[in-house]
Amino acid sequence: MSTAAPSTGHPKISLKGVTKHFGPKQVLRGIDLEVQRGQSLVIIGGSGTGKSVMLKCILGLLHPTGGSIHIDGQDVTHLKGREQEQVMARMGMLFQGGALFDSLKVWENVAFGLIQGKGMQRDKARDIAMAKLAQVGLSADVGELSPAELSGGMQKRVGLARAIATDPEIIFFDEPTTGLDPIMADVINDLIVKCVRELGATTMSITHDMASARKIADRVAMIYEGRIIWHGMAGDVDHSGNDHVDQFINGRAEGPIQMQVRKL
Amino acid sequence: MRWNFLALIGSVILQFFGAVGRLAIFTGKGLLHCVTPPFYPRILLRQMLQIGYYSLPVIGLTAFFTGAVLALQIYIGGARFNAESLVSSIVVLGITRELGPVIGGLMVAGRVSAAMAAEIGTMRVTEQIDALTTLSTNPFKYLVAPRLIAGATMLPLLVLVADVIGVFGGFVVGTEKLGFNVGIYLQNTIDFLHVDDVVSGLVKASIFGFLISLMGCYHGFMSRGGAQGVGRATTNAVVSASIMILTANYIITELFFAQ
Repeated sequence: MSTAAPSTGHPKISLKGVTKHFGPKQVLRGIDLEVQRGQSLVIIGGSGTGKSVMLKCILGLLHPTGGSIHIDGQDVTHLKGREQEQVMARMGMLFQGGALFDSLKVWENVAFGLIQGKGMQRDKARDIAMAKLAQVGLSADVGELSPAELSGGMQKRVGLARAIATDPEIIFFDEPTTGLDPIMADVINDLIVKCVRELGATTMSITHDMASARKIADRVAMIYEGRIIWHGMAGDVDHSGNDHVDQFINGRAEGPIQMQVRKL
Repeated sequence: MRWNFLALIGSVILQFFGAVGRLAIFTGKGLLHCVTPPFYPRILLRQMLQIGYYSLPVIGLTAFFTGAVLALQIYIGGARFNAESLVSSIVVLGITRELGPVIGGLMVAGRVSAAMAAEIGTMRVTEQIDALTTLSTNPFKYLVAPRLIAGATMLPLLVLVADVIGVFGGFVVGTEKLGFNVGIYLQNTIDFLHVDDVVSGLVKASIFGFLISLMGCYHGFMSRGGAQGVGRATTNAVVSASIMILTANYIITELFFAQ
């Protein structure tokens, strides 16, 4: 399916001591994490714990303050320009809000990485885009609409089709089910599992939706205050022996994690 | 208290230099990506239409009334020392050298840089710019470069149109209301006009067009914090583009066209 990378001994994604701060605000305080080829890692954690920042560091949208990030054993921490684009070409990303280009039609959105990124002919890219739309359960006439005419669930599906259009080796999902009703959320989860399996891709998702995490994860890691505090198989998440994880997955207000809410 | 005051001065100055530095880097990057492939001809064409073609009605109306009122004012003012006959020549010089490029620039700044800041700002806050990067497309090449090129090339064309319509506005008032002879008015217009007058206006227009696009893109790119941030970016884009046009206008005139 996906083209095999040259170095096979390395984990697909590896983070060592990654830190990131914005001015005086410390967001990541030393993240160590590995994802093996073909694995699906789900990172859980509350709002503002640094999940999105970590994802953006791996994608190269932000540069970490310290530590290193390796993809297939290649140090990508400080890549810029052409080299970064080459690494980026092997990745796909589903954004939280979809981030569809509203000046373009739906099929042009899906085909964007093929036409602009890989220089493919429009006709050929259009056929692939339509096939990818079909893969996420959308008909060809949806392809002619503009993103603003779609419902939230449909936008997510188009975002998914766009993320898998270039057959990436690594796909990132930023809160794929946020803002959807439970049924549509499950449809998206199924689609993610199906598409990822067909591509044989390695995935990293961030979410605070436990139903989604259980469905798409091989492994689960929990991030809290800019550190990974627990990491294990998806099946072990219910008996992790970690108070923070227990509190999070059961959704309790009482526990070691104190939300910063002013008491009345 | 005294130290707070000094700290305030310091932080304002630091912020100022920070902003100048950011803008300089942004401009340099934008220019670099204008001349290095890949290019996006479809996007460029769309921006040219957006800036050039769709600004024609605004430019035409503004230029017509500017020319017309200029003729009226010169006639009234000139009557004080029996210089009414200068109307045609002053209208044509005023429009081509100054008012065409400046008023055209300001009108396009209001129309175009606001639209650019709003569009790019919304793309920023909805993560569309990040999405571009993840799809192996450099946002500077895809968003900024085509707008800069379109601005710098389309505004001179618009100003050329404004020149013609502005002079026509003066001509209509001069011949219909002020009673000048059509033939003599046209003859005076042509006699007093040099190629330099038009060229200097067009050079200015090209620089104004670049500044308009630059401010629209820069403020859009830098916008943060949802709808409010985009609103602020739009206002800043129009205000800074207008101020830059007026400042650049003086500097260019002083340096190159004041002999």
